[in-house]
Amino acid sequence: MSWLTQITTNHYLVLAAVLFMLGTVGVLLRKNGLIVFMCIELMLNAANLTFIAFARQLGQESAHVVVFFVMAVAAAEAAVGLAIFVAMFRQKKTVYVDEATTLKH
Amino acid sequence: MEALMFWILALVAVAMAVMMIFHKNPISSALSLIVVLFCTAGLYVILDATFLAVIQVMVYAGAIMVLFVFVIMLLNLRREELGLRRHKAVKVIGVLFCIALLAQLVAIVSTALPAVAEISADFGTIEHIAWLLFTKYMLAFQAAAILLLAAVVGAVVIAKRRI
Repeated sequence: MSWLTQITTNHYLVLAAVLFMLGTVGVLLRKNGLIVFMCIELMLNAANLTFIAFARQLGQESAHVVVFFVMAVAAAEAAVGLAIFVAMFRQKKTVYVDEATTLKH
Repeated sequence: MEALMFWILALVAVAMAVMMIFHKNPISSALSLIVVLFCTAGLYVILDATFLAVIQVMVYAGAIMVLFVFVIMLLNLRREELGLRRHKAVKVIGVLFCIALLAQLVAIVSTALPAVAEISADFGTIEHIAWLLFTKYMLAFQAAAILLLAAVVGAVVIAKRRI
């Protein structure tokens, strides 16, 4: 049972993969656009976790800088994305992604 | 001790992520995501990324999630049935992603990583990160600043009724 008491980088990578997959499941399954958006944040977070796990493994601090930039981009993305949902709610009174069909018909 | 902390944080993070996906109330989903982000911040501390752990709590769990909760309340979403999509494409993509995850896990377990590097006591402190940011990654730092400015202006333009 050494895998239970000895935490290696692999543990973090598996955890990041699981979190990323949960985010994907949310994006695929949920209709509510805000939840889809939160799931995307979760996926970004899982990617960050891999970066930091490898930073510790290889002793490279550059990965921390990359994570810093990912967070900046996530903040920008959240601001613009939520603004889009506010505008969409004003127009169509819904945030469900499969009801945004104006360009479809 | 480290192992115990890892397992607690990891299990709470996964459980809360599942709750986030399958909860009916968007506010509950947002709060679950905040717990996930806090757990990840704890993992960052275990991985000696102290500065990023603080930033994670402040920027992610603080600013971004407040924005989410604020918008959910602003839109006044009523509590509804769990809107799950039943679409053929979803199944296909889901199967593809399952295969991708399996391949990823096999790749992780089968690859031998180099030995864990020796790090100095001040690994991942704000001083080191700032040194890298203002020397090697100066251009990217400036670009991120411009990106954030553009995002702020864009968000106001999109969300405002009349400029």
